Amino acid sequence: MANVVTSKKACTVNPLKMSQPIGAVLAFLGLDQCMPALHGSQGCTAFGLVLFVRHFRENIPLQTTAMNEATTILGGMDNIEQAILNIWNRAKPRIICIASTGLTETKGDDVDGYIKLIRQKHPELADLAIVYVSTPDYKDAFQDGWSRAVTQLVQELVEPGSVIPRQVNVLAGSHLTPGDIEEVRDTVEAFGLDPIILPDLSGSLDGHIPEEFMPTTMGGTTLADIRRMGASQFTIAIGEHMRPAAQALEDKADVMFKVLDRITGLEASDRFIALLAELSGNPVPNKYRRQRGQLMDAMLDGHFFFGGKKIAIGAEPDLLWSIGNLLAEMGCEIGVAVTTTHSPLLEKMPAAEVLIGDLEDMEQRARGCDLLITHSHGRQMAERLEIPFLRMGLPLFDRLGAGHRLSVGYRGTRDLIFEIGNLFMANAHEASPATWMPPQQECHDCAPATTH
Amino acid sequence: MTTLAKKVQEVFDEPACGKNQGKSEKERKKGCTKQLTPGAAAGGCAFDGAKIALQPITDVAHLVHGPIACEGNSWDNRGAKSSGSRLYRTGFTTDVNELDVVYGGEKRLYKSIREVIEKYDPPAVFVYQTCVTALIGDDVEAVCKAAGAKFGKPVIPINAPGFVGNKNLGNKLAGEALLDYVIGTLEPEYTTPYDINIIGEYNLSGELWQVKPLFDKLGIRILSCISGDAKYQEVAWSHRARATMMVCSKAMINITRKLEERYGIPYFEGSFYGISDMSESLRQTSKLLVQRGAPAELLERTEALIKEEEAKAWQQLEPYKARLAGKKVLLITGGVKSWSVVSALQEVGMEIVGTSVKKSTVEDKERIKELMGQDAHMLDDMTPREMYKMLKEARAEIMLSGGRSQFVALKAKMPWLDINQERHHAYAGYDGMVALVREIDRALYNPIWEQVRKPAPWET
Repeated sequence: MANVVTSKKACTVNPLKMSQPIGAVLAFLGLDQCMPALHGSQGCTAFGLVLFVRHFRENIPLQTTAMNEATTILGGMDNIEQAILNIWNRAKPRIICIASTGLTETKGDDVDGYIKLIRQKHPELADLAIVYVSTPDYKDAFQDGWSRAVTQLVQELVEPGSVIPRQVNVLAGSHLTPGDIEEVRDTVEAFGLDPIILPDLSGSLDGHIPEEFMPTTMGGTTLADIRRMGASQFTIAIGEHMRPAAQALEDKADVMFKVLDRITGLEASDRFIALLAELSGNPVPNKYRRQRGQLMDAMLDGHFFFGGKKIAIGAEPDLLWSIGNLLAEMGCEIGVAVTTTHSPLLEKMPAAEVLIGDLEDMEQRARGCDLLITHSHGRQMAERLEIPFLRMGLPLFDRLGAGHRLSVGYRGTRDLIFEIGNLFMANAHEASPATWMPPQQECHDCAPATTH
Repeated sequence: MTTLAKKVQEVFDEPACGKNQGKSEKERKKGCTKQLTPGAAAGGCAFDGAKIALQPITDVAHLVHGPIACEGNSWDNRGAKSSGSRLYRTGFTTDVNELDVVYGGEKRLYKSIREVIEKYDPPAVFVYQTCVTALIGDDVEAVCKAAGAKFGKPVIPINAPGFVGNKNLGNKLAGEALLDYVIGTLEPEYTTPYDINIIGEYNLSGELWQVKPLFDKLGIRILSCISGDAKYQEVAWSHRARATMMVCSKAMINITRKLEERYGIPYFEGSFYGISDMSESLRQTSKLLVQRGAPAELLERTEALIKEEEAKAWQQLEPYKARLAGKKVLLITGGVKSWSVVSALQEVGMEIVGTSVKKSTVEDKERIKELMGQDAHMLDDMTPREMYKMLKEARAEIMLSGGRSQFVALKAKMPWLDINQERHHAYAGYDGMVALVREIDRALYNPIWEQVRKPAPWET
């Protein structure tokens, strides 16, 4: 439906996009007792670390191979070896995950080869899992890095096995918050199924307080669970960018899968719930029947405020898809859709155009819109345009509770409708005697002034 | 040797740096960047340091030449405030793609500079080099020169790619770029005998505005601040000041020293943190100005102001003394901030149970020893686990540090206060000291501590 275009500018202004390697890192942060590391200069890690600290308001375990000019040119084998040994000795993780950066990809380090050599040299590391994913900064975007990281984890760690009844895999996309994942887990479990969620940010970045100091991630998908994923009866992938990982799982262990393009919205949630009922053979629990009613009621109460509203959204493809479709289903027009990277979803968006671009592009097109939706970097634009602004995506550094935002399932959709509807209500224009006055200028064909 | 390598060597061999002068010839060659340990390193890169040092210049377009990571992951995340232009908060980057990496990114950079000038018309464009574009050999200096000539505007190359070293080196390379291309290129409309430079002050949370009224009261004009709330032209005419105050330890010592060498502007190193440090800074400023020919009565006026401001501050601090006396503080920060904050906290009777000296110079350490006595707990490289233990066992009652280590304290259910660049409160000058003490008091006495430390009723 949508015409997908790429911005023709040489200079990106006010980036919407973030880089692949830190997308991979966030996926790795959803593994238990993990220490992710970036193979690059120390700044690559520092920027990612600060970004996640400010978003989640949590400690972020993340290391660097600390490449400098000389080691880059000579190759990073020694740095990777030292990094693995130092992390192993200091933090004792179960798994170390390494993502490459633009720097080491430009040089062309053969990290897979390095790790093989390091394994031979250090038999003491036999019990330590090491996973490497290639994620050059100068290609693609954050959610691609996440997608590649999860696919790599599946390819390297999942083991085929005979089916464990009721065990299902959930491959969670990068657009889901820890709060969303918690909701998914509760829902799957309510049908009597045992989910293994990969990655599971709700275990590591949900803000719990451990009894002891943890130098690694403090929760998330365990290594043993990832290995067992090959014995699940089915895989549910949430988000189109989880398709490659689901496919890899099927290729490796014959686990059938279904990709749910989204689980926000009434029909989308219905598809999720119906799938769980089918997989479990159990009836839909009353709790969800009640929540479905509440969502319908929210749609009925809310649609007055949504109908005809024009929305500008800047988000990564899968979040854009989830939110854009919900708003379209509520009667809004998606006036501006800006995203970061290619996806098969883009041309199906309910919008005239989807632009792969930046927040400057969004700002130029958003004049006259009733609502802006993007991450916290939209705050300057919102101030300049004086348009109501809903923060969604990552980073959300100027609000509390980013990790607990909920927008999936009946309950999450219901609350999101309330939140957005309230923004519309708060910004509704009050009528005044001037509202219906004809315009001052002598122009007989001009349309009368309208309110919105 | 490439020009960049030469520049790095030059910056390392800083004659005005006491720490450098204390080294042997061989050690000096190695430079002041400690070799980082892979897998056990923290902190930003040289590009980060250059950006921190220069981004507070508010009306300049700061254009990052590199892949999306360098700007996309980090833009608009620092707390430098502006009284005018907001352009410094706009993120500009060439966002180089795979084709650029293969064929070179110079053309994209040139076009980007043109787009920025056409759309935003800034007085100057600063172009930051990064690792990837340095590695593929993009000649940022040449592109900037060509673009500057073509578009008739200063286009300044900031050659500090991340992989040459740490943040501190980046600060210095940024300073070199200002010395090479900016300082001395414009003249102020007029000068006075009371014109000063403040170097190394970034106006985080508006701290420059906390001290500016004090200088105003004395009739001292801040001709240039490098770089807090600065306009491009103000930096360009900083060579006309009569004296320089260097604020943030050694970060921009090269600018300060070269201003003295080239233009005969004397300097002193001072701090705005703490009552006595603030007073000393005012005193030193006036002294240097009088030495350079300002009327001697400035000294008397300065002393009068100090007396008045100190009395006012102490009066405001009085109620806190009883509440904070003997409270044990763990102070994790770097360089000059360590000793200036140590003295500030001691002024209200708090006990510093440890302070990090990772980034401090020999002089800084001496100062701390003077302040805390010979058995000062100076921690060279304290691990988060050790900090956590110290707090958990209540050997420290509050931690003051930068944002990324806050959870060490908070997860131990102990109070924490941000004293680094992302903080939301301004702590400079007399008012700032009162604010810092007030925030410490608020943190320590917040009623949440009692509740969150209690176990759940079913666990007792």
